[in-house]
Amino acid sequence: MATTIAPVPPRTGRRVPRIALGKQSRSDTFTAWLFIAPAALGFAVFFLYPTLRGIYLSFTEYSLFGAPQFVGLDNFAAIADDALFWNSMKVTLWYVVLNIGFQTTIALGLAVLMHRLTKSGIIRGSILLPFLVANVIVALVWFWMLDYQIGIVNTMLGWVGIDPVAFFGSENWAIPTIAFVNVWRHMGYTALLIFAGLQTIPTTVYEAAAVDGATEVQTFRKITLPLLRPVLVLVLIITVTGSFQVFDTVAVTTKGGPINATRVIQVYIVERAFGRSDFGYAAALSVILFIILAVVAYAQNKWLRGGESDLA
Amino acid sequence: MTTITVKRRRDSKRAVAETKPRKPLSAGRVVAWIVLWAFILLTVFPFFWMIRTGLSNGRSLAANSGSFLPADFTWGAFKRVLGFGTVAEAQAEGGSGASINFWLYLRNSFIVSTVATAGQVFFSAMAAYAFSRLEWRGRDKMFALFLTALLVPPIFTALPNFLTIKSLGLLNTLPGIILPSFFMTPFAVYFLRQFFLGIPKEIDEAARLDGASHFLTFRRIILPMSTAPVVTLGILQFIASWNDYFWPLLIGQTESSRVLTVALGVFRSQTPQGTPDWAGLMAATLVAAVPILIIYGIFGRRIVNSIGFSGIK
Repeated sequence: MATTIAPVPPRTGRRVPRIALGKQSRSDTFTAWLFIAPAALGFAVFFLYPTLRGIYLSFTEYSLFGAPQFVGLDNFAAIADDALFWNSMKVTLWYVVLNIGFQTTIALGLAVLMHRLTKSGIIRGSILLPFLVANVIVALVWFWMLDYQIGIVNTMLGWVGIDPVAFFGSENWAIPTIAFVNVWRHMGYTALLIFAGLQTIPTTVYEAAAVDGATEVQTFRKITLPLLRPVLVLVLIITVTGSFQVFDTVAVTTKGGPINATRVIQVYIVERAFGRSDFGYAAALSVILFIILAVVAYAQNKWLRGGESDLA
Repeated sequence: MTTITVKRRRDSKRAVAETKPRKPLSAGRVVAWIVLWAFILLTVFPFFWMIRTGLSNGRSLAANSGSFLPADFTWGAFKRVLGFGTVAEAQAEGGSGASINFWLYLRNSFIVSTVATAGQVFFSAMAAYAFSRLEWRGRDKMFALFLTALLVPPIFTALPNFLTIKSLGLLNTLPGIILPSFFMTPFAVYFLRQFFLGIPKEIDEAARLDGASHFLTFRRIILPMSTAPVVTLGILQFIASWNDYFWPLLIGQTESSRVLTVALGVFRSQTPQGTPDWAGLMAATLVAAVPILIIYGIFGRRIVNSIGFSGIK
């Protein structure tokens, strides 16, 4: 820091460089703690403490009244035998597969299209629009558009002679529908993430490919995809982690039903905690979700070699 | 932000170079354009449908489900959402007639988002200053610890935080909703530290040699020099806070502490005629989205450009 600039004007007599080093760093520590105090308080109270407390609660039975009773691994043992838990895992996974599969494919396509066709800010801007609107709003609009009786989508299906579909009301369609709604909300955002990655690929590579007579498909498969891999891995880690935590859309539309068809893990956690005042059990469920997310993120990064680039 | 502007300039230059010898419209390019426009239409259509339905008479929706124009045009839905219509008027157009304190929820959402964003950005900036400009023991370890919080899923901290807010006696209050994101978010600290690191140290060292305190340096040099990222971060966090549903749903259940997103969920559950009041619901979602749309209209380019940054770096 300041000590590297040796000839300090001796205006303040005590600032002899060598002593200043010790003095300054000591006063820096004090100042640093002043600067960091509010953030550190917030971090300690609302991030660190609840994380530790959440882990502790998962080993207890706690109904919000009285003190948590330590029960060891009982919650986890109960979860292993809990059909509703396994159902929620199945439903959540099915949602994640559909959501991420379609979202990533569509976003990749959109990003490449934008990259090849246009730099228009209007197009980029409108494609991002759904992402900026609240989940709740998006869910409600589609809930209305996909209404069984008078929704516009079923009306349009009727025009081409297709029977109305109970998008939110049937067990088979509910999860694909919710996955679709969130694909709609996130595809533009994901496309822009990928688009930003595409711009880091040097144009010289494409020019060379064009000179060699490569087709669009070849260029995409042999150049774009490999060079985009680190970006795609990052995008996948962000979106998959988010996808596992789907809640808002379900909460305002199907609320877990019909029957258990959309009772995703986060909905189940909230139901256990607040519906049945079973905080210990809910905490154990969140620990499991946390572990799953960590493993998935780690595996994605490792298998897809997210850290390395092929641009050498 | 500087890196982004530089990149954009280079892009536009390249764009100019590309468009000069205009590429012939091959069949492939036509198809590509059609696909792109189809997706844009898919993106925009639901917004149109919100407006169309919001301007309809709820009772006429069923008979005109396929019409692209408002069914039996009326401002009634907006009136009953904003509390200007009478109960009889509302019921005549398919509303429940129950009063919706829309202005109250709007005010609550504004208070929550504004206060949370202001506190979070300012305190995170202070922390980012300490992490990027001050030499102190344990700095890097502390920063690493802050960053680990990024990995913890929100649901995980939400349950214990609910207990904390409860024992602070802040359940069903706006401060209870605001508090957890008031002091910092790991993302904000990380985002701002990145920018502060990019400001040449010589500048604030010069100020320090002139006798400026760290606080003065922070306020007069670092903050003004990073207006762009601070504003960008503020916008992003305001939008996130405005759109948040899960946390306010847990904390703000009473009328006086309800924010817009939660209120919309409640509104949807009311089914006056066996079905929800679609026209009123769409009018309400539109009004709830308007502040975000205005922000997007003003800061659109900034928001779009921030995406590459926050996602990739």
